[in-house]
Amino acid sequence: MRIEDVICPFCGCLCDDLVVEVQGTTVVSVENGCTLAHEKFTGDNRLQAPIKRDGRTWHPVSYDEAIETTAQILLEADRPLLYGWSGTNGEAQSIGVHLAELLGAVIDNTSTVCHGPSIMAIQEVGHPGCTLGQVKNRADVIVYWGANPIEAHPRHMSRYTTYADGFFVKGAFLERKVIVADVRETETSNIADEFMHIEPGGDYAVLSALRAIVRGKADIIPSYVSGVAREQLVRVAEMCMNAKFGAIFFGLGLTMSRGKYKNIRNAVELTEELNRFTKFTISPMRGHWNVYGSNEVFTWISGYPFAVDFARGIAFYNPGETTSIDILRRGECDACLVVASDPGAHFPKQCCRHLAEIPTILIDPHVNVTTHLSHLQIPVAVTGIDSEGTAYRMDGVPIRTRMLYKSRYPSDREILEKIYQIVLKEKGP
Amino acid sequence: MSELLIRNACVIDPLNGINGEIMDISIRDGRIVEEVSGNAQVIDAAGCLTLPGGVDSHTHVCGTKVNFGRYMSPEDMRAGRTARNGCMHVTSGYSVPTTFGNSYRYSNMGYTTLLEGAMAPLEARHTHEEFTATPHQDMMANTLFDGNWAIMEAVRDKDVRRTAAVVAWYLKAARGFAIKLTNPGGTEAWGWGEDVSGIHDTVPNFEVTPAEIIGTMIRANEVLRLPHSVHLHCNNLGVPGNYQTTLDTIGLVPDLNKTRQSLYLTHVQFHSYGGTTWRDIDSKSEEICKAVNNTPQVTIDMGQIMFGRTTTMTADGPMEFKLYMLHRNKWSNHDVELETGSGIIPVYYFRKSMVNCVMWAIGLELALLTKNPWQCLLSTDNPNGAPFVKYPEIIALLMSKKLRDQECALLEPRTEHHVPLFAIDRELDWNEIAIMTRSAQAKALGIRDIGKGHLAPGAEADVAIYPLKTSEIDPSTQYQQVIAGFSRTKFTIKRGRVVSRNGEVIVDGANSTIWVKPKVPEEYNLSNDPDFVRKFQEYYTVRMSNYPVQDVYLPRGVCIETEADL
Repeated sequence: MRIEDVICPFCGCLCDDLVVEVQGTTVVSVENGCTLAHEKFTGDNRLQAPIKRDGRTWHPVSYDEAIETTAQILLEADRPLLYGWSGTNGEAQSIGVHLAELLGAVIDNTSTVCHGPSIMAIQEVGHPGCTLGQVKNRADVIVYWGANPIEAHPRHMSRYTTYADGFFVKGAFLERKVIVADVRETETSNIADEFMHIEPGGDYAVLSALRAIVRGKADIIPSYVSGVAREQLVRVAEMCMNAKFGAIFFGLGLTMSRGKYKNIRNAVELTEELNRFTKFTISPMRGHWNVYGSNEVFTWISGYPFAVDFARGIAFYNPGETTSIDILRRGECDACLVVASDPGAHFPKQCCRHLAEIPTILIDPHVNVTTHLSHLQIPVAVTGIDSEGTAYRMDGVPIRTRMLYKSRYPSDREILEKIYQIVLKEKGP
Repeated sequence: MSELLIRNACVIDPLNGINGEIMDISIRDGRIVEEVSGNAQVIDAAGCLTLPGGVDSHTHVCGTKVNFGRYMSPEDMRAGRTARNGCMHVTSGYSVPTTFGNSYRYSNMGYTTLLEGAMAPLEARHTHEEFTATPHQDMMANTLFDGNWAIMEAVRDKDVRRTAAVVAWYLKAARGFAIKLTNPGGTEAWGWGEDVSGIHDTVPNFEVTPAEIIGTMIRANEVLRLPHSVHLHCNNLGVPGNYQTTLDTIGLVPDLNKTRQSLYLTHVQFHSYGGTTWRDIDSKSEEICKAVNNTPQVTIDMGQIMFGRTTTMTADGPMEFKLYMLHRNKWSNHDVELETGSGIIPVYYFRKSMVNCVMWAIGLELALLTKNPWQCLLSTDNPNGAPFVKYPEIIALLMSKKLRDQECALLEPRTEHHVPLFAIDRELDWNEIAIMTRSAQAKALGIRDIGKGHLAPGAEADVAIYPLKTSEIDPSTQYQQVIAGFSRTKFTIKRGRVVSRNGEVIVDGANSTIWVKPKVPEEYNLSNDPDFVRKFQEYYTVRMSNYPVQDVYLPRGVCIETEADL
């Protein structure tokens, strides 16, 4: 069966024009997708059934037992942490927040190790952004800062920016200028019209220099700023100021390098200042296909995009205190439910060690690094392949992912709903 | 079968001409009926004021920009927190509460139906997700068309029928309720960092004017026989001297509908400024109200501001940037491809600011100088003028000259020379307040026929019983009781079920989403139109097949189908 306009549940681009050929319960071919999409759809090796750790070995358990065990572990915990959420749909995330509320748990998503600093900066200075189609139809200057879309978001440039023809930009490849700022040469910097090669840790200073030039203070800029020549800075600032519509996209190179949220704040303020001359927008390159959805869902239910602590009944948010890394590093949490993500592959060693010491449960279709730290893993259907649900693209556009064939696995939504019902019986009104 | 009998209710039901009668209300299976059996559950209203459930015809509670208002404002979230309690979920937020926070607080004030003021069709799915999480009110969404390319092209071609066909396609795809125009043409211009400054300016690249967009959309609206009229946020919001734009706009409106207005102008307070700068700004409420009084085919809502902290949010992106340049707090902007824009900034309205005082006065003046209360509805453009929890204070101000005088004494002293409020003696009565908070909304939105805003047999059993005995209270002096009474119902009944009692929500909600599907002949179905389809596929970043909101997002959808006159 050939299915058109399939949504790719891999990265924040959420491409929705894939053509997928399905035979039975196998995806046999993917058209229009990038390499990452192809691998996600066709290289799909699932864990066959729930598994429970028994000393040094694993043994399979039934779904019912796995669900009951999970609920009991969470009910018995004093300081449970519900982490992950970016690789599942909004409906499952919503149950997750209500489960956390009921348990008095901390719930956090993967923003905590990616664009959490961007959110903190936005909370200080706001976010002048737009949907990706605005960029495609209008932008004549594109800036990638600390991001390498050719490898991390392979179709970003062809669908939305550099190579995407739009209403006001008929010959994108010729009409658009691309500026790249990074600490190393990348595939993306190789195609840039201007590549600002910044010394590691120097982003904040370069952003400040650009802001100074935009404000008419070019004369105070020294001959080099963090490795970037004054002449180039002036050139880049002028390209931005003379743009009809400019769009900055930034990645973890900016959020997770020295300066962290202050870097983003500086970049947002540069964007705001450019808006006094022309139209400029700024957008984070969100990683997981539905990490932005987890921020949205958490926010409309609890008021906060990540790191929400319900321990005192109310929703409490204080990054640095209620963020997963900090809670694990302090050895504070005594049970962890990981849903649709892989902290084992991304968290510091000290945090992973703690995860291995406490009862950690993983709800995820695949064996990943976190499996090896867990006591129990429950495999589920993959949203966008054999389960459906809402996802939010990196620019906030919500799209419903599709179910391509009927799954033999329950969805994470079903598993979470059952856990929720058991907990509700104990803790509900 | 579930039955409920409300005894000894002091009913004001303006749509049915009932004004303060003591009577019983019978409810069966969610509807008002003539009578119920002896087995009905009985509520004793004990002579308390009983009104149809409140209807807010312009509020921002759900969707992309509202949620971004929460996302960017942890300071607002921690300004209003409640813990989980019984069946009530955790809530956060003061000016932009979480969805459950909105729902519970509205329910405690007796509101059962809300119109979200602005939904971008591309992001409609988000609005509908939040509607589902706002469980105690039936929800509707104004659908934004102000910068819609297909609309502007049809308007340029002076093609009302095609304009109607485009509206029909988008309303159905977005599961929207009505046509919203926010700064028509201005949001497209903002795509280039520009704006329009009057209704006869030309929108860059599209060769149309706001006046042409508004005029054509009013006609298309009637061609489609939509329940509500075009819902307009005028050009030039918040600019000194903008009253002229508003008057010009009112002057455009033909009288095309016998049962309701032909144009709804929202938050008119923000559009009634005289003067040329922030220094010489003054109130032009008298001119605006004169025009409204002489133009029965328009209805307005107040857009009252109240002093204190709030968050402004609108699809009017360029206006928010101008506001940011004044306040310099923090600014978010979110332009939506082919459709519209939006912006958010937090603000604080100060009594020490003459500008803010003039704004405060204008909102009240609009309500007091509009002769017919069916033409001027109570609103704050929540949360732009103030969070909706301030409605009871506004009601008290409208009912009491004494309270207004007290407040006026605290205003920036120059205000008196810039506004007529000080000389207005009118005090609204209970019936007028009932009209301005539910009945006129139901009429203006065209939802009376589906049983909203009144209490005759057949109506939806949405009822608010307030702890107010109208015969014992003199609102002109006992305004504190008025405020307390409207802040917290004794009972809020939604579709025949008591959902909230003395300020506490006691059941899980199960709301409906009301949307409109105009039926158009096949030749006007744009899904078959090669030009529309080609442009869609070329310029949107979402495929046409993935664009429409699926049924699953409206678990209890109520579809109003209309027969287009095409």
